[in-house]
Amino acid sequence: MKVEQISIFIENKSGRLAEITRILGEAGINIRALSLADTSDFGILRLIVNNGAKATSVLKENGFTVNNTEVVAVEVPDRPGGLSAILQTLDREAINVEYMYAFVERCAGNAVIIFRFDETDKAIDVLKNKNFNMLEGSRLYNM
Amino acid sequence: MFFNEEFETLPRPALEALQLKRLQSTLERVYNNVPFYKASFDAAGIKPAIVSSLEDLQKLPFTTKQDMRDSYPYGLFAAPMDEIVRIHASSGTTGKPTVVGYTKKDIAVWSELMARSFVAAGAHKGDIIHNAYGYGLFTGGLGAHYGAELLGASVIPISGGNTKRQIMIMQDFGSTVLTCTPSYSLFMAEEAQAEGIDFKNLKLRVGIFGAEPWSESMRAEIERKLNLSAIDIYGLSEIMGPGVAIECIEAKRGLHIWEDHFIPEIINPETGERLPEGERGELVITTITKQGIPLIRYRTRDITSLTYEPCICGRSHARITRMSGRSDDMLIIRGVNVFPSQIEAILVGIEGIEPHYMLIVDRVGTLDTLTVQVEVSEQLFSDEIKVLQALSRRVEKEIKDMLGVTCMAKLVEPKTIQRSEGKAKRVIDNRNL
Repeated sequence: MKVEQISIFIENKSGRLAEITRILGEAGINIRALSLADTSDFGILRLIVNNGAKATSVLKENGFTVNNTEVVAVEVPDRPGGLSAILQTLDREAINVEYMYAFVERCAGNAVIIFRFDETDKAIDVLKNKNFNMLEGSRLYNM
Repeated sequence: MFFNEEFETLPRPALEALQLKRLQSTLERVYNNVPFYKASFDAAGIKPAIVSSLEDLQKLPFTTKQDMRDSYPYGLFAAPMDEIVRIHASSGTTGKPTVVGYTKKDIAVWSELMARSFVAAGAHKGDIIHNAYGYGLFTGGLGAHYGAELLGASVIPISGGNTKRQIMIMQDFGSTVLTCTPSYSLFMAEEAQAEGIDFKNLKLRVGIFGAEPWSESMRAEIERKLNLSAIDIYGLSEIMGPGVAIECIEAKRGLHIWEDHFIPEIINPETGERLPEGERGELVITTITKQGIPLIRYRTRDITSLTYEPCICGRSHARITRMSGRSDDMLIIRGVNVFPSQIEAILVGIEGIEPHYMLIVDRVGTLDTLTVQVEVSEQLFSDEIKVLQALSRRVEKEIKDMLGVTCMAKLVEPKTIQRSEGKAKRVIDNRNL
C-alpha cells in the first residue's frame, strides 16, 4: 500500500528546478505528481515518478542529494467533506500528517491525495479498517 | 625514534647554552650584514653585545611581515647572493610576496629538521612518501622533499592537483605516508569515495598535514576517512618552511619546535609584551642558525601557546599548541574575535554536517552579519523541512553558545562549496573596512 516518493534538496537559486526536470526528462522519466516545500534558503522537491530507482540514480550522478520516502496515496471521494472524513479518522487515532499534496490524475472519478504520516503502517491499518481506498504504487506510477 | 637523538633530547641547560651562543652570533651577523637590523637596533639604542642571556632577547625590536615587504626582494638577506642557492617566496595575497633565500647550509639544516619531523611523525627509511604539497615558490613541496630524501625514504614528488591521479598513484605505488594540507586530504577522501576506492585498502599509515590551521575534530574526521594517523606540522617560509615544529606520534599533544635552531616566544599581540608559559598569544620566532635570511623576533601572526613540560617521547624541545588561527585570519564580528578554525571545530562536531564550510561576512548598515554556509550530507538529508530547519538552528545556537556571536546558518547542496587543492579558502569578507 506504500508508494515510493523521491525527495531532493535544492538551494533557492535560479535554475535548480529547471536542472532537475531536464535531467529527469533526458533520462526518460515521467513525473506523476510533485510538491515543492520551500523556506527562504532551501526547498525540498518531492516527486512521484514512473521509475523511482532510475530517477534517484541519475539525480545522484548529477550531484543532487536525494532520499526515498514512503508515502500513502488515498482515494478521496470528490464531494464536500470527502477529505475531512479521512482526516478526522486519522485524528482520532492520533496519527499526524507531516505533509500532503494532491495527485494530478483522478482515479475512477475520485481525487487522489498523497500523505506522509508520522506512523505510516498504523495509518494504513486505520484507513483500511474504515474502508478508505488506497492505491498501489505500481498503479500510480503508470496512471 | 629519533633522527638526531643527541640534539633532539639535549638536556635543557645544554640546549639553552647552545641557544644563547647561537643567538649571539646571529645578532652579530645581522647587525654587521643587514642594514635594516643595524638601523633598527641603533634606533632602539641596542648593540648585539648587550645580549648576555636568553632573557635579554626581550629587549630587541620585532621584525614584521611589513618589514619583509619593505625590503623586497633581497633587502633582509645576510649572505651575499653568490652564497644563496635557493629562493622561495610566499603567496603574497596582499601586494608583493615575501622573499627568502637559503645558503647551502640553510638547505642542509632545513632538510635535517624536516627529516627529524618525519621521524617524529612515525615515518622511517623504507617509507613511500606521497608528497602532495605544491612544488614551486611555495616552500611546502621542496621542503618536505629534501627531508624525505635525507631520511632515506622513497619520495613521490606528485605536488598538488589532479586528485584522481593522486589516488591512483597512492593505490598503485603503495604510498605509506601522505603529506598535504588537511583540507586537501578530505577532498581526496571524497574523490576516492566517488571512485569507489576505500582508504582501508591503501597502505597509508601516517599523514603529515599543515600549512593551514585545523582542529582536533578535523583530525578525528581525517583519521577515520583516510584510515591513518594524522600529524600536525608547522612551518612558515619566512622562518624556513615546513618542519619548524611537529607533533610526535607518541603524544600528539603539541608540536615540538626545534629549539636548537629557533627560539620561540609568545607575546600579547596588542602590547608586544612577552606572556608566561601556557598563555595564548602570538608566536614570535628568532632564527639562530640561518645564514641566508636570519630573522630576529619575527612576528608570525599565528596564535598559540608554549609549554616546556617534558614530553613522553623524550624530546626536550618545547611544544607549541595547535594553532587556533592566524591573528590576521581572525574575524572581528560585532566586536567578537572569531577564528574560522573555531567554527570548523563546532561544525565537525555536529552529526551530518560535512567539514566543508564557508564564512561570509557582510555589513548591513552599521551591523556586521555572519553567514555560515554548510553542506548537507546525504545521511542527514530529511525530506521534512522542520528537520533541516532544526539543523540550521542548531548550528546557529552552538556557534552562539561557544563563540558568543550571532550568525545565520545556510544549508547548501553537497559539493557546492569550492574545494581547494592547496590552502582552503574559508572566508569571504564583503565588508569594506
